[in-house]
Amino acid sequence: MDYTPHTPQDLQAMLERVGARSLLELFEDVPAEIRDPELRLDPPLSEAELMRHLRELAAQNGSAVASFLGGGIRSHYVPAVVPALAARAEFLTAYTPYQPEASQGLLQAIFEYQTMISELTGLPVANASMYDGSSALAEGVLLALRESGRMKVALSQGVHPEYRRVVQTYADAVGAEVVTLPLVEGKTVPRLPEGVGAVVGQNPNFLGTVENLAPLAEAAHAAGAQFVAVVDPVSLAVLKAPGAYGADVAVGEGQPLGNAMAYGGPHFGFMAVRAELVRQLPGRLVSETTDADGKRGYILTLQAREQYIRRAKAKSNITTNAQLTALMGAVYLAALGPQGLREVAVRSVATAHALAERLAAIPGVKMVTPAPFFNEFVLELPKPAEEVRRALAERGIHAASPVPAEYGPKAHGPARPEGNLTHLALFACTEQHTEADLERLEAALREVLA
Amino acid sequence: MIADKPEVTVESALIFEKSVPGRRGVLPPKAPEVDLGALLGAENLRPEPPRLPEVDELTLVRHYTNLSRRQIGIDVTFYPLGSCTMKYNPKVHEAAVQLFADLHPYQDPSTAQGALRLMYELQRDLGEITGMDAVTLQPAAGAHGELTGIMVIRAYHASRGEAEQRRVVLVPDSAHGSNPATASMAGYQVKEIPSGPDGEVNLEALQAELGPHVAAIMLTNPNTLGLFERRILEIAKAAHAVGAQLYYDGANLNAVMGMARPGDMGFDVVHLNLHKTFTVPHGGGGPGSGPVGVKAHLAPFLPVPQVVRQGEGYALEYDRPQSIGQVKSFFGNFGALVRSYAYIKMLGAEGIKKSAALSVLNANYLKELLKGEGFRIPYDRTCMHEFVAQPPEGIRTLDVAKGLLEMGYHPPTVYFPLIVKEALMVEPTETESKETLEAFARVMGEVIRKDKEWLEGAPYTTPVRRLDEVQANRRPKLRWGE
Repeated sequence: MDYTPHTPQDLQAMLERVGARSLLELFEDVPAEIRDPELRLDPPLSEAELMRHLRELAAQNGSAVASFLGGGIRSHYVPAVVPALAARAEFLTAYTPYQPEASQGLLQAIFEYQTMISELTGLPVANASMYDGSSALAEGVLLALRESGRMKVALSQGVHPEYRRVVQTYADAVGAEVVTLPLVEGKTVPRLPEGVGAVVGQNPNFLGTVENLAPLAEAAHAAGAQFVAVVDPVSLAVLKAPGAYGADVAVGEGQPLGNAMAYGGPHFGFMAVRAELVRQLPGRLVSETTDADGKRGYILTLQAREQYIRRAKAKSNITTNAQLTALMGAVYLAALGPQGLREVAVRSVATAHALAERLAAIPGVKMVTPAPFFNEFVLELPKPAEEVRRALAERGIHAASPVPAEYGPKAHGPARPEGNLTHLALFACTEQHTEADLERLEAALREVLA
Repeated sequence: MIADKPEVTVESALIFEKSVPGRRGVLPPKAPEVDLGALLGAENLRPEPPRLPEVDELTLVRHYTNLSRRQIGIDVTFYPLGSCTMKYNPKVHEAAVQLFADLHPYQDPSTAQGALRLMYELQRDLGEITGMDAVTLQPAAGAHGELTGIMVIRAYHASRGEAEQRRVVLVPDSAHGSNPATASMAGYQVKEIPSGPDGEVNLEALQAELGPHVAAIMLTNPNTLGLFERRILEIAKAAHAVGAQLYYDGANLNAVMGMARPGDMGFDVVHLNLHKTFTVPHGGGGPGSGPVGVKAHLAPFLPVPQVVRQGEGYALEYDRPQSIGQVKSFFGNFGALVRSYAYIKMLGAEGIKKSAALSVLNANYLKELLKGEGFRIPYDRTCMHEFVAQPPEGIRTLDVAKGLLEMGYHPPTVYFPLIVKEALMVEPTETESKETLEAFARVMGEVIRKDKEWLEGAPYTTPVRRLDEVQANRRPKLRWGE
């Protein structure tokens, strides 16, 4: 089925008005040899048939609700009020708010979102959203390079490895050099290369360790570079805001704020900067202003940074961002408030520590993440992580995603020749986990490792 | 707090202005009493909590519900925004997405076989619709797809030892702004090609710029005037003769979806906007999805991972040594992919072709109606899914747009493409009925017949009237409470 309302009578009347005998005649500008080709697609389905087919596909997936998987995407609870409000058709089916008189709903919601991100990060200016955490970081790095006028990036090894790969791809495109700062004992070594323009750290880092990034920020500034912090939004309920330890730019992944895991997207990325960098920001910004009657209103601003005005001289090519998923983030933050977000963070931390204690007591299992850690941690297992993840999944538990080999002994402590790199696995906890969940995982892991 | 600001009506108060210390909304499961300083290091803790709003759930619901009433979308009114393809977003897609909401990107692939199969089939179907050999689903939006496509082209040239030599990307002057922005973001020099008098790429001007220094030509077809580039096969030939790659901006694919394939036109790379052509809701500006399709010679350079067949099942393949790497974490905006998969499965080949053809019919019909109402059509021939109109001499496009807002419609795209003065770029899409188009054309006619004073003052009854843009630019106020 399709969604066109035309009756045969409509068709005939409309073709007549435009002076064509058939629909195909409207395509006469297309060279005949490529016009109207055969398309090999499956036969069309009705809505009922489609939903049945999709349910069959969905049945081949295992739900990761209350899973112990992490890496910035986690099974935090999404309150019912979040999708209920974000799914309002007026938000869902609007375009970018280029016509502010008819878009005050979204514009005000974005203004409020910018304020919330500014509060979390401790930086005065946040943009309207980026695609996700990884691309927000890549754009943050490009911003830092523009500001410093240099072409070298130093990335802490504590930054999510997928994020680092994305930065590498973007850096390759502009010909910037990327250097990795190693993690030793869970902390970034702040030894910076000559001529560095952007320095990046992550807190909590990929191993889960809460890193004091102030020394790295200081080193960056001493070297004349901008400091970019990658942060987890839930952690900012209790951890120091990046603005407080010298970050010029803060970015992160918004999924934990009221967005379903959705196999990795769509979520949203957030970005905040110190005031002096506002004209370097990529993406949309909403400002308060007044209308012709002096009434308060909101409007897209500083658009001279953007591609549809500046074309080749724009700060970024970003156009579509992640407005609806960022709106979900804002609704989530308002639904929980400062106390609720703190409770989510505290319970996630406490549960992760309880789980780490249980699992590290299993024979052959070693804690890799140095203290202090937040709600994710890495264990070294006596069996390959991929095998363990599979075996746990067969028991209905999602946990132990493999951690890249680079996080072996050198990254987490003194060299241990016996350490087998492919045996590193990541675990995460959220406020959803109960004591019974932890028991179940422990029992399953003991069984799998026995 | 609201009483202190008499100019602010209750409906438009900020959520922060409704906040009352100690008020709670959603309560998470009970958190244990712990010594956070001991667990996380006292020096790492923030001294003050972030000042987030403190509201009860009903206040929250009323706040956002009332905000939504100050917003229009496709579900509210006709939204003929050119180059944005504001077609109906089927409700069944929103139901479909829920079936796949609880998957984690790092769960064992054996427990995500349904999702992987969906992605595999979508790669194949998008390849079939565009005439391309391989597709990546990773880019998160159209501009992100453009960047990916241009990076792939650069990697290809580099693999042939031509990276240093090919420093220029050619872009027509009618192109979307994202094209030159993308090329320069990817480190290329951008050279604009003037359009010819017929609104199409000037082949002679293009040929004069072509040479071994050119990496790629970025084209939109139909172009932003809504016209099909009739010499596209010659353009492709000329590009390939000097070793340049031809890039297809898929923003306007809706017109020719299934009726003419970019691959058959000679394009080497295409990006798609699933949030335009394949009915992912725009969401107020995203999230979208921007898959990229390429011909076989470029396939080794696509981002990782690719979804591949493995025995009876499906797997994520990372081992692709010539890949440009990753442009986003994980596998793309999966939720958007589910919606577009659902759309293609429901329409099939026949529905896809029919939708494209009716988008073209609707545009041509509306063009005739607007002509009848007194609008000028600078390039008046059979258009594709959109066309560019101008108001009668002496009337400003901005005022027409604001007048339309007063009449309850979302205006067309204004002042674009740049090559037409006072441009109104109109794209009705195939999901609008004949009556809707006729009613809109009548209102367009009414608007240009209003007196000058009314037009320049419009809109009057919208939630706010014309806003002071200059003030916002000079003294931007980008958050509450500062």
